[in-house]
Amino acid sequence: MTVNEQVAIDHGLKKDEYKKICDLLERIPNITELGIFSAMWNEHCSYKSSKLHLKNLPTKGKNVIQGPGENAGVIDIGDDDAIVFKIESHNHPSFIEPYQGAATGVGGIMRDVFTMGARPIANLNSIHFGSPQHKKTKNLLRGVVCGIGGYGNCMGIPTIAGQTSFDESYNGNILVNAMTLGLVKKNKIFYSKAAGLGKPVIYVGSKTGRDGIHGASMASAVFDEKIEEKKPTVQVGDPFTEKLLLEACLELMEGDSIIAIQDMGAAGLTSSSIEMASKGKLGIEFNLNKVPCREAKMTPYEIMLSESQERMLIVLENGKEDLAKKIFDKWNLDFAVIGKTTDSKKIELYFDNSKVADIPIDTLVQNSPMYDRKWKKSKLPKKIKIKKEDFKNLKIVNVLNKILSNPNICSKEWIWEQYDHTVMGDTIQKPGGDSGVVRIHGSNKAVAASVDSSAVYCWAHPLSGGKQIVCESWRNLISVGAQPIAITNCLNFGSPENEENMGEFVECVHGLGEASKYLDFPVVSGNVSFYNQTKDVGIKPTPTIGGVGLIKNYKNVITMGLKKTNNIIIVVGKTEGHLDQSIFARDILNQKNGPPPEINLFNEKNNGETILKLIEKNYVKSAHDVSLGGIITSLAKMCIKGKKGASIKKPKYLINIFEYFFGEDQGRYIIEIEKIDFKNVTEILEKNSVHYDELGIVNKNELIIDDKSKVTIDELIKSHTNWLTNYMNK
Amino acid sequence: MNSSVITFPGSNCDRDMDVALKKFGFKNKMVWHNDIELPKSDLVVLPGGFSYGDYLRCGSMASKSKIMKSVINFAKSGGKVMGICNGFQILVETGLLPGVLLRNKYLEFICKNVFVKINNKDNSYFKNIKKDTLELHIAHNEGNYFCSNEQIKEINDNNQIALYYSDKDGKVSEDNNPNGSIKNIASVFNKEKNVLGMMPHPERMIDPALSGEDGSIFFKNLINNLK
Amino acid sequence: MKISVIITLKKDVLDPQGKIIHQTLDGMGFEGINEVRQGKYFQIDAKEDDKKKAEAKVEEMCKKLLANLVIEDFKIIGTQ
Repeated sequence: MTVNEQVAIDHGLKKDEYKKICDLLERIPNITELGIFSAMWNEHCSYKSSKLHLKNLPTKGKNVIQGPGENAGVIDIGDDDAIVFKIESHNHPSFIEPYQGAATGVGGIMRDVFTMGARPIANLNSIHFGSPQHKKTKNLLRGVVCGIGGYGNCMGIPTIAGQTSFDESYNGNILVNAMTLGLVKKNKIFYSKAAGLGKPVIYVGSKTGRDGIHGASMASAVFDEKIEEKKPTVQVGDPFTEKLLLEACLELMEGDSIIAIQDMGAAGLTSSSIEMASKGKLGIEFNLNKVPCREAKMTPYEIMLSESQERMLIVLENGKEDLAKKIFDKWNLDFAVIGKTTDSKKIELYFDNSKVADIPIDTLVQNSPMYDRKWKKSKLPKKIKIKKEDFKNLKIVNVLNKILSNPNICSKEWIWEQYDHTVMGDTIQKPGGDSGVVRIHGSNKAVAASVDSSAVYCWAHPLSGGKQIVCESWRNLISVGAQPIAITNCLNFGSPENEENMGEFVECVHGLGEASKYLDFPVVSGNVSFYNQTKDVGIKPTPTIGGVGLIKNYKNVITMGLKKTNNIIIVVGKTEGHLDQSIFARDILNQKNGPPPEINLFNEKNNGETILKLIEKNYVKSAHDVSLGGIITSLAKMCIKGKKGASIKKPKYLINIFEYFFGEDQGRYIIEIEKIDFKNVTEILEKNSVHYDELGIVNKNELIIDDKSKVTIDELIKSHTNWLTNYMNK
Repeated sequence: MNSSVITFPGSNCDRDMDVALKKFGFKNKMVWHNDIELPKSDLVVLPGGFSYGDYLRCGSMASKSKIMKSVINFAKSGGKVMGICNGFQILVETGLLPGVLLRNKYLEFICKNVFVKINNKDNSYFKNIKKDTLELHIAHNEGNYFCSNEQIKEINDNNQIALYYSDKDGKVSEDNNPNGSIKNIASVFNKEKNVLGMMPHPERMIDPALSGEDGSIFFKNLINNLK
Repeated sequence: MKISVIITLKKDVLDPQGKIIHQTLDGMGFEGINEVRQGKYFQIDAKEDDKKKAEAKVEEMCKKLLANLVIEDFKIIGTQ
């Protein structure tokens, strides 16, 4: 098949990109080479629309061992231990085939983590679906949850936390973001940088099939005969093989055989080999006949672009081949020496004794396109004016019950009971808390992790939304008593070629960077997913933040359930009654305009650090951050978790009861303390200039507001837990 | 007391079981599925997980692995063999235990704490446990115990039912049956009561900071009974 | 009429179960197996006497529910 401009366009390349390829090579590429270029230069691998903006993110900090650019980020948690973590999207495949799409997403992110030598210790996920009324939503949700569970459960890695949201902007484009944390000794971290000449390059794991070879090229009739049979196929995950691959890789990593290792993820053998060679400033040479294939007659093009799962590429020290082979044989995995490192600084491929590709690595990586896309700045929307009459007929208890059963607030137990969250025997905080917490095996330390996103805020004002989401992640870690350390981000947006969507991206990233810099909460890994849209309409901008923090002694972990009657409940942080973009405004008043709540980074940091001081002094019996649904929703969740009630009073503010209880001002927490500690606690808060309201006390089983409105905890539990189960079983 | 935990490809509660056994005083050895001989053991444990990916039928392929010949001989000569979750599924596939474990009634994986009522304390696994119900943890997709009417009569007559799913006061009813198991059965013995299969994971309940502590009662009691 | 239909993974789709069953059979000493692929079997008893109509009905069921056409193929193997 001859390559021309049209074939390049069918591969998703632009005209000028094709011209650039011909110029760089000083000739027309063959089809295999074109396939390699299209894979390396697509948005997913090249970050061509995003890298200009991503480089402004803060990526360094005293606990950062490895920032973005490797398979995953690495942070120091003391005593020679390090945590490797990353979040990644698998949105489009999950929409086409929810079970396999979600499963392979989870498999891919775990591979990114154990490639670096770390044993995965926790999974998290952030999943977003269309409106519950949309006809596809239920099946997509069921498939995705089953797929996440199917893979993670089989691997024996606990799924400890997550986030699920529904919004009509995801009707035609769901989001599935999966995150994994792994544990490694600081001196046993493995990287993807190749080194040394003539080192054997080995292929291990599953065989290569025609999985997920990208669609565009297929449509162009690259394959002349029997097109039907050769259609691109959805990747099917095989968690069992991945479990064996995990154990085999970790076994090989115990010794000193590995120079570099890289998993074959997107663009499979192509991107993994080029990345290793590029980082090591080397060349690489493969004999593609040596690659273990599942199907007969696979072409070099297919072998290089296959996205078959559960495969790894390793550069070994000379003479270690037999030792490595023995380990992979023991685990019944494929093993083949397929090539070697060279000094050519080129990727050279051979097949059936002839050279089928010859490309300078530089042209694929350093010379890949980078765009400064046009983008539109968004204005801060005007505040909405809510009339007094709008509040008049509302009863606080009814509103609370309605909000607790809102699909975006309600309990997600139906989901997380399908995930094994206790395997490995170290889960301290199960799903349903502010953060998941797992103990570092055999020690007193624990790590906390949380995933968050606030698409509504980001949509209303991307800059504020970007900041907010980092702050929310920070608060979720503080609420369990963890010192926040670093974040990973998964940036889900519409088309970068659309100025508004690009603007959302640029400003969200800006906000995100500003907050993470101020909070000393650097970004150590991440991924960008563009083109999340139905027809021409992009999704609401949805940056997802995965935050990780450290708890020095797991016995001091804080949970959100109220503990003891007559304890005092305090709201930490100032309440202004910001209702715009709140659940209350959207769901009760049906008002979807206005700005998101403002972020005051100084207060955010000061309030959070002060809470940690209180926790350190053992004053805090339970804690929860105030987020969607405001003070009363957060408190109701604390009641539900602790199966206790609360008698509370609105402080004498100028704002009304709905503004006070349902406003979504930022930087706030609710804490429970003992009566005898009240003086000490308030002294610390005052000394640190932290605003607080004394809200009320814990009681047995009723939520009582201003002595007038009452609701039993059993009723709140019903409101909170029934919606999702009923929805799924209807 | 010496114990052995068998690791099959895809086992993933093998480490958890090793930790639990050692915590309560067993000298435990990990045994690879491809080994032929069992080390000298007072207890052999088949751990939970997804041996061979749960492909074909859960436990079916693990039941054919090399070490299982020795495990079967060990059980037939009276040795104590305990299978947890996937281990229970493997024991059923070998024929050492009666019945089968079907897909959960609601077709969903379930991970949560449950209560079980001890039905038979006249054996080395449950003898001397003071409590009548225990809070344990389940995490499975195929825990729906089933057997024929004749078999159910037989295991009933032989007192082979070890645990029922119940509420915290030991009441056994459909309301507290998490997976559709016939008669709420969570655990069974062989006729001789030396082989035990159970769906709940006692090894996940050995620390108050985790899911709970009733697993500790089970293991403490077990090692004393075996002495 | 009783219509029998089998559903299998498409030819080029990875079949993890088949692969592991194959390995286990090898391990048990069954020699000379090239490949194992697994699938599902349905027997549908439909109130319909016309063979063509019955098969058309089942075909529709396969397309809409029984098979996941993204990764699976179906084949009606018998009608009585």
